Amino acid sequence: MHLAYPAVLAVLLFCTGLYGVLARRNAILVLMSVELMLNAVNLNLVAFDVWLRDTLHAGQALTLFTIAVAAAEIGIGLAIVLLVYRNRGSSDIDRLRDLAERPSGPDGAGSADAPRQPQPDTGAEATA
Amino acid sequence: MTLAAASHGFLSPTGVEIAFVLVGIATLGAALMTVGSRQLVHAALWLVVALGGIAVEYLLLTAEFIAWVQVLIYVGSVVVLLLFGLMLTKAPIGPSPDADSGNRWVALTVAGAAAAALVWVVVDAFRATWIDLDGAAQGSAEAAGRSLFRFWVLPFEALSVLLLAALVGAVALSRRGGGAKGAAETLAPAAREGRL
Repeated sequence: MHLAYPAVLAVLLFCTGLYGVLARRNAILVLMSVELMLNAVNLNLVAFDVWLRDTLHAGQALTLFTIAVAAAEIGIGLAIVLLVYRNRGSSDIDRLRDLAERPSGPDGAGSADAPRQPQPDTGAEATA
Repeated sequence: MTLAAASHGFLSPTGVEIAFVLVGIATLGAALMTVGSRQLVHAALWLVVALGGIAVEYLLLTAEFIAWVQVLIYVGSVVVLLLFGLMLTKAPIGPSPDADSGNRWVALTVAGAAAAALVWVVVDAFRATWIDLDGAAQGSAEAAGRSLFRFWVLPFEALSVLLLAALVGAVALSRRGGGAKGAAETLAPAAREGRL
């Protein structure tokens, strides 16, 4: 088999996941796109392992490790998303802007944002 | 995929290559539906198709053990976890028009540019490289287990510690807090239990 087939498929899957990470708004959909990117890397690892006929089978062992790390990552990630949802009433990553840099000055932004920031949270909690 | 097929069209493709390309097209279509679907639960179900397609690709690359691990862990548990997450965060069942954020076109541009550059580089680099799939299967359970427990024992054990740490971390994160939180702390779990 030509090596370009799995390599190109892995590239396209990775870029699909990249688009999903950048464009999605729900945190769980972002996690799904991360899974797609990890799977693209796994496909590359397996293809190159089979191509090189590695005696240590480093590619396949690393693929197994990547799958296990991805399982741990999805567990922790979903726990964090559920915690954020429980505290904020939303898993919309566009609205979680507490750590964002304000474009205006430091003192004006602090005084302007402090009363304004809790408003969407209380509204979301009321709906939740 | 079409670019690769066009630039090497003078070769007669083997049956494995044809199967790989067909399954690859299905996988890529499912992945595109995953990142493009407006219904959140449908996106998770398309992810099942994409991950299953990748498992079939592993089988075609003679990596059987990885394929079954992929089916067991990804299709079996990760997607179920994602569906649980969607349900627990009260994702809308119907179509949600705000599934994509405002920087959709920026994301499309970045992903398209990355795909074009990477496909060009990869095809140019591996133009004359072939995988020899004949002989004994390199990814059988016996070969994978032998290499895993002969050469990779220490990373394997370290990974089990990492999984344990992740388990404890997930339990500690999702445990109910000290009760000093606001109304959301009491409202959301009650609604969640009512839903389940």
